Amino acid sequence: MSDLDALENQSIYILREAFSRLKPIAMLWSLGKDSNVMLWLARKAFLGHVPFPVVHVDTGKKFPEMYDFRDRYAKTWNLNLIVRDCPPVEEVDPSLPPAARSAARKTIGLRRVLDEFQFKGIIAGIRRDEQATRAKERVFSPRAESGAWNFRDQPPEFWDHFKSDLPEGAHMRIHPLLSWTELDIWRYIAREGIPIVDLYYARNGKRYRSLGDQDITSPIISDASNLDEIIAELTHTKTSERAGRAMDHEREDAFERLRAQGYM
Amino acid sequence: MDGTAFALKPVESVTTAPLAERFPFAIVGHVDHGKSSLIGRLLHDTNSLPEGKFAEIKAASDKRGGTFEWSFLLDALQAERDQGITIDTTQIFFQTARRRYVIIDAPGHKEFLKNAISGVAQAQAAFLVIDAAEGVREQTRRHALILQLLGLRQIAVVVNKVDLIGHDQARFDAIAREITAYLAQLKLTPAAIIPVSARNGDNIAARSANLPWYQGPTVLEALDHFAAAPVATDQPLRLPVQDVFKFDERRLVVGRIESGSLRVGDRLEFAPGFKQAKVASIEAWSAPQAMAASAGQSVAITLDDELFIERGHVAVHSERRPVLGHRAELRLFWLDEQPLRVGDKLKLKVATAEYPVEVEKITAAIDVEKLQPVQASEVARNAIAEITLRSRALMALDKAADMQRTGRGVLIRDGDIVGGALVLDAESSDVDKRLVAPDHLVTRDAREALNGHRGAVLWLTGLSGSGKSTLAMGLERLLFQRGRQVFVLDGDRLRQGVTADLGFSPEDRAENIRRSAEVAKLLADAGMVVLVSLISPYAQERDRARAIVGERFHEIHVKADLAQCEARDPKGLYKAARSGAIKNFTGIDAPYEAPAKAELVIDNSTQPIERSLAALAAYVEPAIALQAVKDAWAI
Ligand SMILES: Nc1nc2c(ncn2[C@@H]2O[C@H](COP(=O)(O)OP(=O)(O)OP(=O)(O)O)[C@@H](O)[C@H]2O)c(=O)[nH]1
Ligand SMILES: [Mg+2]
Repeated sequence: MSDLDALENQSIYILREAFSRLKPIAMLWSLGKDSNVMLWLARKAFLGHVPFPVVHVDTGKKFPEMYDFRDRYAKTWNLNLIVRDCPPVEEVDPSLPPAARSAARKTIGLRRVLDEFQFKGIIAGIRRDEQATRAKERVFSPRAESGAWNFRDQPPEFWDHFKSDLPEGAHMRIHPLLSWTELDIWRYIAREGIPIVDLYYARNGKRYRSLGDQDITSPIISDASNLDEIIAELTHTKTSERAGRAMDHEREDAFERLRAQGYM
Repeated sequence: MDGTAFALKPVESVTTAPLAERFPFAIVGHVDHGKSSLIGRLLHDTNSLPEGKFAEIKAASDKRGGTFEWSFLLDALQAERDQGITIDTTQIFFQTARRRYVIIDAPGHKEFLKNAISGVAQAQAAFLVIDAAEGVREQTRRHALILQLLGLRQIAVVVNKVDLIGHDQARFDAIAREITAYLAQLKLTPAAIIPVSARNGDNIAARSANLPWYQGPTVLEALDHFAAAPVATDQPLRLPVQDVFKFDERRLVVGRIESGSLRVGDRLEFAPGFKQAKVASIEAWSAPQAMAASAGQSVAITLDDELFIERGHVAVHSERRPVLGHRAELRLFWLDEQPLRVGDKLKLKVATAEYPVEVEKITAAIDVEKLQPVQASEVARNAIAEITLRSRALMALDKAADMQRTGRGVLIRDGDIVGGALVLDAESSDVDKRLVAPDHLVTRDAREALNGHRGAVLWLTGLSGSGKSTLAMGLERLLFQRGRQVFVLDGDRLRQGVTADLGFSPEDRAENIRRSAEVAKLLADAGMVVLVSLISPYAQERDRARAIVGERFHEIHVKADLAQCEARDPKGLYKAARSGAIKNFTGIDAPYEAPAKAELVIDNSTQPIERSLAALAAYVEPAIALQAVKDAWAI
C-alpha cells in the first residue's frame, strides 16, 4: 500500500469510529487546505455523504476569497453548514500576548457552538508536524466541560482503541489528520483533485502557506503557482509551515496556553 | 486575485508518485537515560531541524540556566522543560537517504507508562536506551518486556552517555552482556548494541573517534537496517464491523480489513454467529470500482442477503473462523491505579467487539527482573500478568501467536482503557456441536395443524402509557375466545422473574430485550401467538429481537403522543420522571426511536380502544393463518 493510501485508510477508520461512538458530532471547517482534505476524507468514509454538520467558527477576519469558497462549496457538496461568529477580542483573556489573544476568540466561539448544539464530538484537522504541542495529541482527545485540554494526563490510546466515553458536559476532539504531514496534504490534494482557495498559489512572488486571520497571517516569498511547484518547494524547504503565524512566536508558552484552554 | 477557487483535475507527475509508507520506530528506556536527547541530536546531525529551531531550543535552555538540552526539541510542554522529564509521547518526522521515518519518543518515568505504550504500540522497531553510568534499570527491563508484548521483534540497544564513563570499553561490555542476557529470555536479539554520546554526537550520524574500539553500526546505520513489517494479506480474513450505513438505497457494512482479503462473491460468516451472506459489491466514493480488498483497507460492502449485522461482528470465511468461546487466557499489562482482582467486571474490547467479562482467575504476575511467574492475588498498576476471563456472551477470538491484530485487545472499566491484553488461549465452546438441539418428534407443522394456526410473536412497542398492555390483554382475551393459543409476555411481569437481576443501564436493557425475545421465540416454537408488551425504545434492540425470533416476528408500533401518555400516566411514572425521582425515563430524559418499518402502526392516541383492538385482530388473523395448508389445497 502506498503512503497516501495508508493515511487515507487510517483517516477513514478514525472518522467512522468517531461517527459510530460520538453523537451528536460535527466537523470544523476552517476553509484551509487541511480541512478541505478532511471533508474529502469524510465523503470517502461515508460514501459521498457528510452525515453531520460542518461548523465554521467565523472570526470575521478571513480573506474574502475564503468566504466565497465556503458559500460555493457548502452548496456544491450539499453540506449542513453552521456558521457562528466569534466574540470581540475584549472578551478574551487579556494576559495572553496580542496575536494569541486574537486567535483565542476562536476558542470562545467554539465553546459557544458546543453550548448551543451540545456536540459530543468535534472533528478537527490538526497535524502533528505543525507544532510541538500538537505532536503530543491523541487521536481521540477528551476536553473537560470548560473546554480545557488536560495534557498532563491523557488517556492511553493504542492498537486503534480510542476512548469514547465521556462525563456529562465534556466533549471529544477527534483528529483524523494527526499523522499527515504538510507535504502529504499537498500530494493528496494533487492526487485527488481537491478544490482549495487559490490564495495558496503564488501571485506576484508571494503566496500563503497557511491561512489564518488576515491580520495575524503573512504570505511567504514564493513563485510556486501550481501544485507541482508547491510540492517541489515544500520538499526542499527548511522553514516551518506556521512561521507566518504570529501567535506561535510571541512567547515560548503562548501556543501551549492557547491549546490548554481549548484552542484547536 | 481573480476567481475564488477552482476544482482541480487530479495531476499525475513526479511529485505525486506513490511513496512507501513511513517507517515508525520508537525510542524507549529508563527515565533520564537520554532518549529525547538522542532524537534531538539525530535530527540535528542529519541536518533535519527546521530553520530557527536550534535558536529556539538554545533560548529555552538558556532561560532555564542549564546546558543546551537537545531534549527540548520534543519536550515542548513547559512542565516537561521545567522538570527536565518527558511526560507524554511525541512523534516527529524524519528522513534519511534510504527512506522516511516517524520517530516516536516515549517517556521513561514509570508514572507515564500508559503514555509510553500509546506511542510505542505504533512502532515497528525500537532503540532501547541505557545510561552508561547507571546501567540497566527497572524501566529498562519493563520497557523491553512491553516491546515484547506489543509484538516488536526488531530492537537495537543504545548505551548512551559514554562520555560519563570515559568511553570505557569494559564498562560498555558489561552492560551489553547484561542486557543481551535479559533480552534473550524474551526471545529478543538486539540487531546492534551501540555506544553513543547523545550530548556530543558520538556514533549518532557519524562514527566517533572517541570510540575506536567499536566497529558496529552507528544509530543511523542501524536504523536504516530495520525491515518493514509484511502486511498480513495471506492470513485468514478478519473484517471487524465498525458500522452499518443506510445513507441512501444501499445498506453498507463498513470496517477495516485487519488481515486476509475478500472478493466480490465470497461467502462471509459473521462471527460470533453463524449467519452467512455473499459479498454483492465493494463500494467506494471517488475511487475505481474494486472486485477485491485486503488487509489495511477501510471498506464498505453490500451483501446479497439482509442479515442482521451490527458493530462488533467479524466477517470471516467459515473455513477459517476464529475460536468461539466463553473463556480466554490472556497476558496483560495493567494501567489503572486500582488493581485488578478476581471477580472484577470489565469489558474486553477486541477490534470493534466489546464483551462484558469477569476475571475468573489470576494465574500469575510476572516478576519483571527475573521474568519468572509469581503468585498474585491482584494485578497492580504497570504490572504484567496472566489471567483468565469469562464472558456471558459468546466471544470470537484469535490467538495472538497466530493473528497479531485480532489476537489482542484492551480492557475497559467505567469507560476508561485500563489495560492491554494478548490472547494466549481461548477455549472453544463447541457451539455448533453442543447447541444443536435434539430434534423434536412432534414437528412444527403437526403442532400448527393441531392448533389450527401458526405460532407468532407480536412485538408491541411504544411509550409508557401508550396502551400496549391494555391492548395486549384485550387481544389475548379476544383470540383466546376464538380458540387461539395465545399468551402475553409483559415487560413488568418479566422483570419480576426472568430478568429480575437486570437494571436499566444500556447493557442491562439490551440483555432484558434479548431474554424477552428468546422466551417469546420458545413460546412461538411451542405454537403460541405471543404478545410481547415492552417499551423497547431503541430500534437497534428491536432489530436484534427480530433477528432472534426470525420471520415470525411482527413489530407493532402502538403510537400515542407523549402529552397524551403523560396525561394518562397510569403508573404515575411520568410525574416521577418530571420531578427527577426516576432517571432515563423514555420520552422524558431518554429517547424513543419510533420504528421506521413496523409491520403495523396502531394510532392509539385518539381512537377508542375497541377500534385499536379490532385493527390488531384484523392484522393478526391472516398473519397466523396456516399458509402451508392453503398452499397444499391449491395443488
Ligand atoms: N553527559 C551526558 N548527558 C546526557 C547525554 N544524553 C543526555 N544527557 C542528559 O541526560 C538528561 C536526560 O536526558 P533526556 O533526553 O531528557 O532523557 P530521557 O530519556 O528522554 O528522559 P525521560 O523522557 O524523562 O524518560 C539531560 O539532562 C541530558 O542533557 C549524553 O550523551 N551525555
Ligand atoms: Mg524524554
